[in-house]
Amino acid sequence: MDGFPILSVMLAVPLVAAVLCLFLDANGARWTALGATLVNLALGIGLWLSYEVGGPQWQFTERADLFAGFSYALGIDGIALMLIVLSVFLMPACILASWDSIQKRVGEYMAAFLIMELLMIGVFAAQDMLLFYIFFEAGLIPMYLIIGIWGGDNRIYASYKFFLYTLLGSVLMLIAMLWMINEAGTTDIPTLMQYDFPPAAQTWLWLAFFASFAVKMPMWPVHTWLPDAHVQAPTAGSVILAGVLLKMGGYGFIRFSLPMFPEASAQFVWLILGLSMVAVVVTSLIALVQHDMKKLIAYSSVAHMAIVTAGLFAFNVQGLEGAMIMMLSHGLVSGALFLCVGIIYDQLHTREIDRYGGLSINMPKYAIFFLLFTMASIGLPGTSGFVAEFLSLAGIYEVSSLATFVLTTGIILGAGYMLYLYRRVAFGEQKNADAAAMRDLNLREWFMLGPIAAAVLWMGVYPESFLAPMRADIAALDARLARAAPEGDAKLVAGEPLTAAANAMPDGEHGEGHGDDHGDDNSEGPE
Amino acid sequence: MDIVNSLALSSPEILLTISGLILLMVCAFVGDKAARIVTILAVAALFGATAITADFLTNPAFELGGDAWAGIYRMDAFGSFSKILIYLAAIGCLIVTPKFFDATGEYRPEYPVLMLFGAVGMGLMVSAVDLMTLYMGLELTSLASYVLASFTRSDDRSAEAGLKYFVLGALASGILLYGMSLVYGFTGSTNYIGIRVALQDGLSTGALFGIVFVLAGMAFKIAAVPFHMWTPDVYEGAPTPVTAFFATAPKVAAIVIMMRIALDPFGGQSDAWQQIVIFAALASIVVGALGAISQDNIKRLLAYSSINNVGFILIGLAAATEAGAAAMLVYLTIYVAMSLGSFVVVMMMRDADGKQVEEISKLGGLSRSQPWLALCMAMMMLSLAGIPPLFGFWGKLVVFQAAVQADMVLLAALGIAASVIGAFYYLKIVKIMYFDEPAGVVAPSHDTARWAVLAVTALIVSPLGYLLIVPLGALASRAAAALFFII
Repeated sequence: MDGFPILSVMLAVPLVAAVLCLFLDANGARWTALGATLVNLALGIGLWLSYEVGGPQWQFTERADLFAGFSYALGIDGIALMLIVLSVFLMPACILASWDSIQKRVGEYMAAFLIMELLMIGVFAAQDMLLFYIFFEAGLIPMYLIIGIWGGDNRIYASYKFFLYTLLGSVLMLIAMLWMINEAGTTDIPTLMQYDFPPAAQTWLWLAFFASFAVKMPMWPVHTWLPDAHVQAPTAGSVILAGVLLKMGGYGFIRFSLPMFPEASAQFVWLILGLSMVAVVVTSLIALVQHDMKKLIAYSSVAHMAIVTAGLFAFNVQGLEGAMIMMLSHGLVSGALFLCVGIIYDQLHTREIDRYGGLSINMPKYAIFFLLFTMASIGLPGTSGFVAEFLSLAGIYEVSSLATFVLTTGIILGAGYMLYLYRRVAFGEQKNADAAAMRDLNLREWFMLGPIAAAVLWMGVYPESFLAPMRADIAALDARLARAAPEGDAKLVAGEPLTAAANAMPDGEHGEGHGDDHGDDNSEGPE
Repeated sequence: MDIVNSLALSSPEILLTISGLILLMVCAFVGDKAARIVTILAVAALFGATAITADFLTNPAFELGGDAWAGIYRMDAFGSFSKILIYLAAIGCLIVTPKFFDATGEYRPEYPVLMLFGAVGMGLMVSAVDLMTLYMGLELTSLASYVLASFTRSDDRSAEAGLKYFVLGALASGILLYGMSLVYGFTGSTNYIGIRVALQDGLSTGALFGIVFVLAGMAFKIAAVPFHMWTPDVYEGAPTPVTAFFATAPKVAAIVIMMRIALDPFGGQSDAWQQIVIFAALASIVVGALGAISQDNIKRLLAYSSINNVGFILIGLAAATEAGAAAMLVYLTIYVAMSLGSFVVVMMMRDADGKQVEEISKLGGLSRSQPWLALCMAMMMLSLAGIPPLFGFWGKLVVFQAAVQADMVLLAALGIAASVIGAFYYLKIVKIMYFDEPAGVVAPSHDTARWAVLAVTALIVSPLGYLLIVPLGALASRAAAALFFII
């Protein structure tokens, strides 16, 4: 795909479709939006396939000097690639999820979602710091409208809280960016990633970026906008919020905070680990007592994101890879869980857990999908959640045994609230007649959940596909961080690797016990 | 020879003055039925002046500008840039005006003539390099403004606005004149160069008082806190097109003369006035934002919004650098587009009987009855709040960048944090238009002129505006360089 500006095309497709949607009637807008997101999904897959693993760090770079003071520069590394693929993968499901449930102002709704997709891709693809900021902040406007127009009863409060909270977090980052541009004389992100800022300044810069990303992530105690926004947003809005918008915080840490301010990052490891530990335990306990399904999943998001932050600040390859896989996995799983909630909400119009029960009897197919995603959220081996949690915790263990211990209890609590949720919704007796009368999945819902389920299993069984493009970038980041990496308390020592295969038998016994087999093998060989 | 040169350099003002006088004759002899043709001719005259000024700005032959009338008037890129902005704002206001008075039939040909004389005064102000020329220009503009504010004679609020504006404006002029006399007394000159030279060896207490009084008078004119009290009342009472004019052209002129006077004659003593400007900037941002929250009249809200924006513009002045001056000019340009666009929307807020609607709650559900109007207004509001990807963000960005470059990180951080307060009430308008149930009050408008002005301003404010960054930035830097050239 040499010379083909694929990233710009991926930005242009939703833009054109969004403008079209404003002029079309409801059905036209739905099909246009679905078509555009599918085209973008195809482009995203093309991007993944043509991404050269082990090639140059920044690929598909584009540059146009349209502006003064900053430039239109796009380009991706493996980390950005995976997050872009995640975004374009979730979008068609979002459009499908809104197919019937959104009946008023459909054109504007689809336009808002398509603009959102444009901005998400822009955030991950921007190679210029101000361009990144523009995409990062601009996402507030469509999300504000999505929550405010199509949201639940308390939508106005939630939309304001979402907007102002995130805006306050971000503006200080802008000042920090301006300072960095002034100091380094460039807005180019790859250059800035190699620039060594004076350690004293790094502290302040790190805090300014932290203010923005911690809110976006969200980290305890600035997470309170999230449950409100999630609960009030329409289903697809929650999917995008949980699936992609939260990842912007993690992406910010991995793209800005860690490589640009390694010393300051090392200095604040205690803060990140402390907040993450509190977050995991506190939000898991809060999730345990929720009566509202969306709120429960929202709090579980905070807990999962805390493992991401802890993994990122483990300063080693496992931690970083684990955090990235956690972001991808959580994007899929929590997105899918919100879709599951949406499917039953559309029929019964309540998120109250007690209003359901025994759904596995009348909705067996639904119950299977819901179970799969519940297990993936808990981190059952074979699902993406296991890979994510195992890698992250293995990385964190090198830094702090205590943190690992506390974060692991979070996983146990996670199993607690997710299984409890599942039991109340899907098992037990059918105590509510209306819930018992609900229909099972239709074809549209199959198309929403099926691909995500496949991806969750794929990531759980063969994570290499997802890790391979990111490996070189994470290794580069690890090398950059090495000079500041804090000394861990685990003091792991690499053992001597065995020369023989792990299942090889000692020679002496081998001859006696398996001689016959070998003989048979040989005899059947060449003859 | 000298007089020919002087005439050439001040030709925009001369063109406008002659046009104004001729049109005044037309008013006197033809009467009210000439209103339409006088408006068209006034717009044409302003376009002519814009064209001449644009030539001054871009023609390499005028690279260094030039002094006219024995050093009391200076044609340079800085003045030319500001004048173009002022003329364009005046044109925008004039185009949308006649339709506004249709309902009451109060439109008279004096209106465009007053606008023309106001434009002459503003041109004179921004080109003044002598305190006397400055004062002449300022008063010419102010007198035209007082009359315009009370233009709808039958409306008590309009008369009150005119009176308030006159009394407080006169007070401000008095303060300014007192400051000027102190400056003259302690430096022995009314000429900018003379003052600058006299202040080079140090600042006497008397001259310091002079500077403070001059800046206080200016702060009145630009409506910066703590001299902002007149703004909401005048903006509310004056007819909406006049309010739109006040919020754009005279505001630009006042800010530009403040820049010139602070950076040129007082430029060597920036330490003396920087703290005043920093205080005024932060106070304006905070008061403008907090004051707007409880407003339910859209014009009062926009008045507070203009106070808020002046605060951001002053951050560029606080930096006291060339980059800061260029940033202010960029911000002013975007600000003019945003204000003009918002006020055009306000003008289009009329009920089925053609009566002006000013309560914000009446905008409820506008996005469903008039999606395009609501979209334009939402863009203006979010742009005023400085949310990317709208162009208002760029204005804030360059101003804060200038402050950061001048090592005023704390000022920039405080200013931008306070901008979040402002975002709240801008969001409130978007919320009312998009989330609330339709109030069904605002009737559709079909006036081409208004839609044209709104479309142009909306295009500038939209993300497409970012394509203007290169030319706008280049012209603003050139203008700022001209301002600093004499130093």
